[in-house]
Amino acid sequence: MGLRLPIPDKKRRGKMFDIIVLIFILLVAVLFLFPTVVTIANSFMTSNEITANYGAMFSNMTEKQKTFISSNVNLKLIPDKVTFDQYKAVLIQNSDYLIKFWNSVILTVPITVFQMLVAILTSYGFSRYPNKFKGIIFFAYIILMIMPYQVTLVPNFLVADKFGMLETRKAIILPAIFSPFSIFLLTKVMRRIPISYVEAAKLDGAGEFKILTKIYVPLCKGAIASIAMLVFIDYWNMVEQPLVLMKESTYHPLSVFLSQINTGDIGLAFAVGTVYMIPTILMFLYGEDYLVEGITYSGGIKG
Amino acid sequence: MKNKTKNQCGRRGERIFSNVCIMPSLIGVLVFFIVPFCIVIYYSLINNPVLKEFVGLENYTKLFHNVAFTKAVKNTAFFSLVAVPLSVILSLGLAMLLERKIPGKSIFRTFFLSPLMVPTASVVLVWQVLFHNHGTINQIIEKFGGHGIDWIKSPYGQVIIICMFLWKNLGYNMILFMSALCAIPRDIIEVADLEGASSLYKFVHIKLRYLSPTILFVLILSMINSFKIFREVYLLTGNYPQDKLYMLQHFMNNTFNSLDYQKLSAAAVLFALVMIVVMAILLIAENIFGKDVEN
Repeated sequence: MGLRLPIPDKKRRGKMFDIIVLIFILLVAVLFLFPTVVTIANSFMTSNEITANYGAMFSNMTEKQKTFISSNVNLKLIPDKVTFDQYKAVLIQNSDYLIKFWNSVILTVPITVFQMLVAILTSYGFSRYPNKFKGIIFFAYIILMIMPYQVTLVPNFLVADKFGMLETRKAIILPAIFSPFSIFLLTKVMRRIPISYVEAAKLDGAGEFKILTKIYVPLCKGAIASIAMLVFIDYWNMVEQPLVLMKESTYHPLSVFLSQINTGDIGLAFAVGTVYMIPTILMFLYGEDYLVEGITYSGGIKG
Repeated sequence: MKNKTKNQCGRRGERIFSNVCIMPSLIGVLVFFIVPFCIVIYYSLINNPVLKEFVGLENYTKLFHNVAFTKAVKNTAFFSLVAVPLSVILSLGLAMLLERKIPGKSIFRTFFLSPLMVPTASVVLVWQVLFHNHGTINQIIEKFGGHGIDWIKSPYGQVIIICMFLWKNLGYNMILFMSALCAIPRDIIEVADLEGASSLYKFVHIKLRYLSPTILFVLILSMINSFKIFREVYLLTGNYPQDKLYMLQHFMNNTFNSLDYQKLSAAAVLFALVMIVVMAILLIAENIFGKDVEN
């Protein structure tokens, strides 16, 4: 770009615009971060302070408790007194929460791991040698993926009932492993791996299985990590499945418990929420670049 | 693209391997979803599980006369038709704003993705604090002399749910668009600049064209997520929310709880049919637009 004419007026206007954009984005960003900040900040208050501030939302308090409750709901970001009382109650005094946390782990981790294994294999199958038959199955998978849980509710229930899995974790884990969401995303990524890579590997005498493990999987590492994170987050927050498939609350994950805690132990709700956030926060801290890279790859840009 | 299909006609054994790869998933999907769904179709055509008499489409006609069902369909359709396009437009807008030279871009990115971290139940709690009858928003309104209303129970309830949906999903969609924007070849834009194209022309004729596959992708993802918002609505309002928030998922959940499998099956089949039509249209559109870009 050899010669460039100075256009100061336009430039200055551009700069003004940049500043306005920056302020706007900043405001939006604060809005986005707000619930996270509220949850964490409130987790350091005493239970009494929280009950006093938010108790008005719940009518099922006893009369004695009510006298200490403000009639308004007061949103507070800075605690009167910073304490770890809530955490003490959640982590040490009452083992209920840790048990439910463990329930969440033992449901979500196998679902994520096995769903990803199935997805890697299946996406490879879909992306190599496409034919009409595979096309039809893939379309069926997309339809299945888009269904809300309530549509698959009866099928799920029927199968669980038939195999005697109701009230067990299997009833939730097994169907979830075959949920096609990750297959859809990963197939999109794998389809874009250049065929020349495969041919080069074939010349070196690599078989199909080697091509899968030595070329496809390493190339899709970022995408696999990011899809796994999405799957994990989705199931980490599950509410409907346990309520339908397990009437007994013994095996319920913390997500279900947390949604009920809001009406009961409101004084601990924020600390439990924060504890429940730890795995996802860690995932973000260590894997955000993977997440972004993976999202980028699955973006559906053809070519 | 054409070369690819030619080159992929490998040896027979290789083709079989790729078919075998699909098998575990196919078997799982058949056992856990497709076969039981066929039973659901059967259920939707009989009068009750004991007598098992074939009644044709009676369950379906009954469903159309069901007030709760039509209300739920209306609300769900309204929500999806408003929230899904909005999430596409707003996330594209945000992505284009972030395309400018702005300091701390990656921090903003993290902020916009942060809604993915927060447990749904905690988010619902915060939203309750904000929109409760005696909540923060109303207090602010009253401070300025206005009159607060019970937001979630008011006609604005749907707006609040749409905001929740946008809040949760914009960040992810935005990143999809940011990467797609980066993938637009620079030289085409530079040529357009040299020829004095207006920024509106550049947007409509160049950017939108290159973005169209991503737009469709975001559309599909947003649709999936728009059905997942039920979780938040459910936690916010329970099984029987106010009229405007009564979604198809509420209807199905409640008929499931009342063990009315015929009604529920018919509703599930109808939902599946509608989705098949919508997805077929979207995929055909993707094929058309996708080819458009390649040429």
